[in-house]
Amino acid sequence: MNRRDALKILLAAPAASLSWTDAEAAQAAASAQAARAATTAKPFVPKFFTATEFKLVRTLADIIIPKDERSGSASDAGVPEFMDFMMIDQPTRQVAMRGGLAWLDVECQQRFDKIFLNCTEAERTAVLDDIAWPSKAKPEFAHGVAFFNNFRDLTATGFWTTRMGIDDLQFMGNRSVARWNGCPPEALKKLGVSYD
Amino acid sequence: MQVIRNRTVHDVVIVGSGAGGGMAAKVLTEAGANVLMLEAGVMFDTRRDSKMMAWPYQSPRRGAAIPERQFGEFDAGWGGWTLEGEPYTSAPGDRFDWFRTRMLGGRTNHWGRISLRFGPNDFRRKSLDGLGDDWPISYDDLKPYYDSIDRYIGLFGSNEGLPNDPDGIFQPPPKPRCYELLIKRAADKLNITCIANRLSVLTQPLNDRPACHYCGQCGRGCAAHANFSSPSVLIPPALATKRLTILTNAMAREVTVSDDGLATGVSYIDKTTGRENHVRGRIVVMAASACETARLLLNSKSSRFPEGLGNSSGVVGRYLTDTTGTGVSGHIPAMMSGHPHNEDGASGAHLFMPWWLDNTKLDFPRGYHIELGGGRRMPGFGVLGGIHRYAEGGGYGKQLKNDYRRYYGSTVNFAGRGEMIPNENSYCEIDPTVVDRWGIPVLRFHWKWSDHELKQVKHMQETFRAVIHEMGGTPLSAMPTAEQQYDIAPGGRIIHEVGCVRMGNDSKTSVLNSNCQSHDCRNLFVTDGGPFVTNPDKNVTWTILALAMRTSEYIANQRKAGSI
Repeated sequence: MNRRDALKILLAAPAASLSWTDAEAAQAAASAQAARAATTAKPFVPKFFTATEFKLVRTLADIIIPKDERSGSASDAGVPEFMDFMMIDQPTRQVAMRGGLAWLDVECQQRFDKIFLNCTEAERTAVLDDIAWPSKAKPEFAHGVAFFNNFRDLTATGFWTTRMGIDDLQFMGNRSVARWNGCPPEALKKLGVSYD
Repeated sequence: MQVIRNRTVHDVVIVGSGAGGGMAAKVLTEAGANVLMLEAGVMFDTRRDSKMMAWPYQSPRRGAAIPERQFGEFDAGWGGWTLEGEPYTSAPGDRFDWFRTRMLGGRTNHWGRISLRFGPNDFRRKSLDGLGDDWPISYDDLKPYYDSIDRYIGLFGSNEGLPNDPDGIFQPPPKPRCYELLIKRAADKLNITCIANRLSVLTQPLNDRPACHYCGQCGRGCAAHANFSSPSVLIPPALATKRLTILTNAMAREVTVSDDGLATGVSYIDKTTGRENHVRGRIVVMAASACETARLLLNSKSSRFPEGLGNSSGVVGRYLTDTTGTGVSGHIPAMMSGHPHNEDGASGAHLFMPWWLDNTKLDFPRGYHIELGGGRRMPGFGVLGGIHRYAEGGGYGKQLKNDYRRYYGSTVNFAGRGEMIPNENSYCEIDPTVVDRWGIPVLRFHWKWSDHELKQVKHMQETFRAVIHEMGGTPLSAMPTAEQQYDIAPGGRIIHEVGCVRMGNDSKTSVLNSNCQSHDCRNLFVTDGGPFVTNPDKNVTWTILALAMRTSEYIANQRKAGSI
């Protein structure tokens, strides 16, 4: 028996639970569909967020990553639906997320007597500017800062891991390369290094 | 409970299928032995099961960790620091995190492929500085085996003539990535040796395996078999002899012995049926991992071996070590808005920094090497996270979106991997009350760092920050304090744990002789990381392989000579 035949033995038995299960595949399909649903009339029903929370999540995600000339917005990329999935997948995130959204609304209530979604753009900006820059933020906003850091990070994952985000970043890997030649001359020049 | 006893007597029963078990299976089957291999996990082959080339958006969690895959759902390794139904404990106030992988090939499926030989000094540290112990063998004893695995398994690297980082039989290393050249320039300035990495990734075809295709995803398992794992390199030639039988989902309970004190086989639980089984062997080879092997021996109690099999010395479970580790990431402005290009490359770093200083001039006794990373990685869960830690990072809106684009690929990270000296307070034993789901008593760990390790890790932290500053960058974390133990990774977190069944010439202070054969039971051998006397800063897999090959050849020769 040669190596090729030996390898067939290894392939004969299925690896229980190592490949994606049908349930996981279905979940992936549902998530992709959910992302598409964001641009169609068919409403997505969140599993973790309440309908009101989900509106706030969508609004906040789009404030963090808006559409511009190079790519779409966070909600165009399905970020709110991704966040809803992650809250169920990693339940330890739930309290901080729900509490953070509540913190934001309470802060707006105290300042403007209305929730974030009902605030004007100027009012929203006033609150967000107090929590979006950790190095400049006043200590009394520490809880808001912590929430916004986490929310921004999750928005970034949700956006930049989509095809839209990956193309925007001009990531050029994840492919077979017949011959590794190192860096192209332009990249070497940009960094001021060389192979010599 | 009825135990199903198999009447077949195998020449050799091997417990475990990773680096040590795979190598033993290859050498022993090729020498003519009929071998039975027990693996506690599932069958696995990267050509079918690998998530290589998957995009993050193909999963709803974008590659995030799951309980069964703690390095992320695309990682090849099936297991982690916790396993459902398989607990372990730590003594009050101590912490050791035990990583186990339950699949054919064990932890060879997800490692970094860093393949370093131990150096001549590493085998005789006690003679050199009085700490730890000497090995009963020297570099010269292992060199031919290192040479053999270099030739058979293959790795890339460069011959440098360094005194304690031996050269090997290397394939050509891949050119460094751009940012690695930038790191090297800073290292050169600081007089830190920075050379081609040594990874068991093929850059040229070898033994019917193709060269790397540079997707940078070794950790997901190479579907082309271009890197080393036991199921892609060692198990196939063993199967090709038609003398290897693999039993998966077979959780070993204990090694059985005869009245005259010889090992007779292994009892195990078939996890798929829950049935108790027993297999017979003329020789038993333990390759279950350092701690799992110790656990099995300690649980193999009999009237002949009341303290556990092979444990007349009381040393089983003792002298447990892990590699020391800590890391620092830095933001490098020069790398911002980089020229878009594919820099996936061959898995990990193409360069590394071997230990470059003289410990007699430092306040800690042993060295470390530096692993590096950074650049334009495939976005995955956590991508561009923590932007608020960057200088002036934060905000929202179009400004933030542009910042993400500018910052993408502009960080580097350094990880130190250093030598811990074995100490009296770091060991494992059988927990007096806790059992796993099959009723097998579990391990209880004891763990303490000494000042040696803490001072070494402090030096790592200072060095990484110096390199980042030299590159014109900013560390993304504050220098950790003494109270924070300089951010040393908890014991077990670097997953280089070895020891527990160490080798030595004195049967009162060691478990195995210089051939990794039990002092107490002459047909019992160990081929995993258990026999290691010390744990140099060189990642352990290449030495597990070399030692396993040497032990297996010894077994084959002794068997031919009729002495076992």
